[in-house]
Amino acid sequence: MASDYILELDNVSKFFGTVIALQGVTLRLKRGEVHCLLGDNGAGKSTLIKTLAGVHQPSQGEYRVDGEAVKFGSPREALDRGIATVYQDLALVPLMSVARNFFAGREPRRRLFGVINVLDMRYANETAREKLAEMGIHVRDASQPVGTMSGGERQCLAIARAIHFGAKVLILDEPTAALGVKQSCNVLKLIHKARERGISVIFITHNVHHAYPIADSFTLLNRGQSMGTFAKSDITKEEVLDMMAGGTEIQSLVDELEGRAA
Amino acid sequence: MSAINESVTNMIQRQRENAQEAPKPTDERVRKISPWRVLLDRPELGSIAGTILVFVFFAITAGDSGMFALDGVINWAKVAAYLGILAVGACLLMIAGEFDLSIGSMIGFAGVVVAIPPMYMGWPLWASVIAAFGVCMALGWLNGYLVMRTKLPSFIVTLAFMFVLRGLTLVLSTTFANSTIVSGVGSKFDEAPFVSALFSGTTLHGLFAFLASHGIIESFPNGEPVVGGIPKVLLWWIALAVVAGFVLARTRFGNWIYTVGGDANAAKNVGVPVRRVKISLFVFTAFCACLFGVLQVAEFGSAASDRGLQKEFEAIIAVVIGGTLLTGGFGSVIGACFGAIIFGVVQIGISYTNIDSDWYRVFLGGMLLIAVLFNHYIRSRAASTK
Repeated sequence: MASDYILELDNVSKFFGTVIALQGVTLRLKRGEVHCLLGDNGAGKSTLIKTLAGVHQPSQGEYRVDGEAVKFGSPREALDRGIATVYQDLALVPLMSVARNFFAGREPRRRLFGVINVLDMRYANETAREKLAEMGIHVRDASQPVGTMSGGERQCLAIARAIHFGAKVLILDEPTAALGVKQSCNVLKLIHKARERGISVIFITHNVHHAYPIADSFTLLNRGQSMGTFAKSDITKEEVLDMMAGGTEIQSLVDELEGRAA
Repeated sequence: MSAINESVTNMIQRQRENAQEAPKPTDERVRKISPWRVLLDRPELGSIAGTILVFVFFAITAGDSGMFALDGVINWAKVAAYLGILAVGACLLMIAGEFDLSIGSMIGFAGVVVAIPPMYMGWPLWASVIAAFGVCMALGWLNGYLVMRTKLPSFIVTLAFMFVLRGLTLVLSTTFANSTIVSGVGSKFDEAPFVSALFSGTTLHGLFAFLASHGIIESFPNGEPVVGGIPKVLLWWIALAVVAGFVLARTRFGNWIYTVGGDANAAKNVGVPVRRVKISLFVFTAFCACLFGVLQVAEFGSAASDRGLQKEFEAIIAVVIGGTLLTGGFGSVIGACFGAIIFGVVQIGISYTNIDSDWYRVFLGGMLLIAVLFNHYIRSRAASTK
């Protein structure tokens, strides 16, 4: 093990023309931890994820995987290093079956008559069903279209897929944003399961209530800058809430509503 | 007290046993779907129903007119086959989420590229046929490249090529042949047995002659069968449809086609080479258009600058009737083939009836509208959460 950290962003900045999307952000992900990335809209979370996922390259600073500096030319290269990103759109095609989605881009194949490479649909159906069952989702028929699944199930499908294909680092972009309470809970359980398997997770959210129970450490992002990384033992939920952009705004709104305006 | 304890323990024990006996936990939220619903979710259902419908219609209105005799069947099957070749390409491309409006013009263009070099430049026919395929597929690549590179809708890029190619066809034929028709190519085909074997005439003549001599199929008074064999165009269509259908349903590339058409961004994120998939399908579509053009030149012995006019729309109609979504991500080759059969049957069949053949387009337009509404209904159900 070359490094204690599986992923490191060291003083990374990203500029889009005149716009400073990220400014001197440092982020360190320990092996097997759930690291929560918190920030309000426009804090630079998306840019940060895309940098980690290999979509963007940092304008300044260094990106290290296992202590080794990397420059990813495409998301594919990041994926090959075991860094899997589950975006909010989940990269699922509603009209396609669960199994076809599960294996999209990495289709299992067998040889028909010993010559023609064909999809191994039986293997795909069985594996997809098994892996989902491990994650607590029971689909009787993996050939049903993904469109028939609920939002939480789709999220779990996307995560289960990333785990099945050997993700060492899971980057989850607001996995609970569009979900109800119970479904969010299922997703949080799934994140916990991933951690138990030794997978490191970066969990992006602006919902502290979802982040706090599951996370081992927090990094707060505000207006493109990091406000620091904190271990869970060093910080309370209330402090996290306060530090998030909006925490003070909400407090002043509360004050105003209660007639205590300054 | 202990009795109560015991009974509780027993109860728990029983429950455990029951739990072990119980089959695999099934989700109470998964329900059985009737086979009828499963069938209804297949993309080609609409076109098969449509095909049955038109067959019944013509069986009633033109059943005794010879439309369903062997020569009648060959007549409309040939129309279906020509369109079917085009529809197979258009179908894969549409499932991948793109159109090619230039395929109709490409038919005419391929025709003059085949016809002019042997007639006016002394080329052997085989060389001009290879050149036609090469040029058309390169144009298909260019179409695809421009669409992918500019991210413009394929509609507008290929619309431009529809006009460019039609214009070029006209320019080429008037420049060389001083006419909009390049004729006399038939003799070149007669001199090129290999090219003819691939593209012109019919096959299985022996079988048909044998059947005719035994009175199983109709023959002319001189003993020659009325239908001399299976037209090559029919064989090409079947071969293309089988290969394309197989690739789509059973191979990795097929899965990529669905993924790319369903959601190109998702496809990119899971590592599908979106650009390569789409461009290669543009090339395949161009190949199909060129094949159509070459077969037509072989059949007519001439190339003309108005060949393939509006075929791009007919192909799209056949594909849509076949259950493929205009927006991509869903569809089948078999469906497109049935769409082409409907075309052939209606176009030829209408002349066997007492109905004025001017009604042909009205019929097709209506058919298209019904098919689109039907598909829309299917998709909104398939993609819905419940």
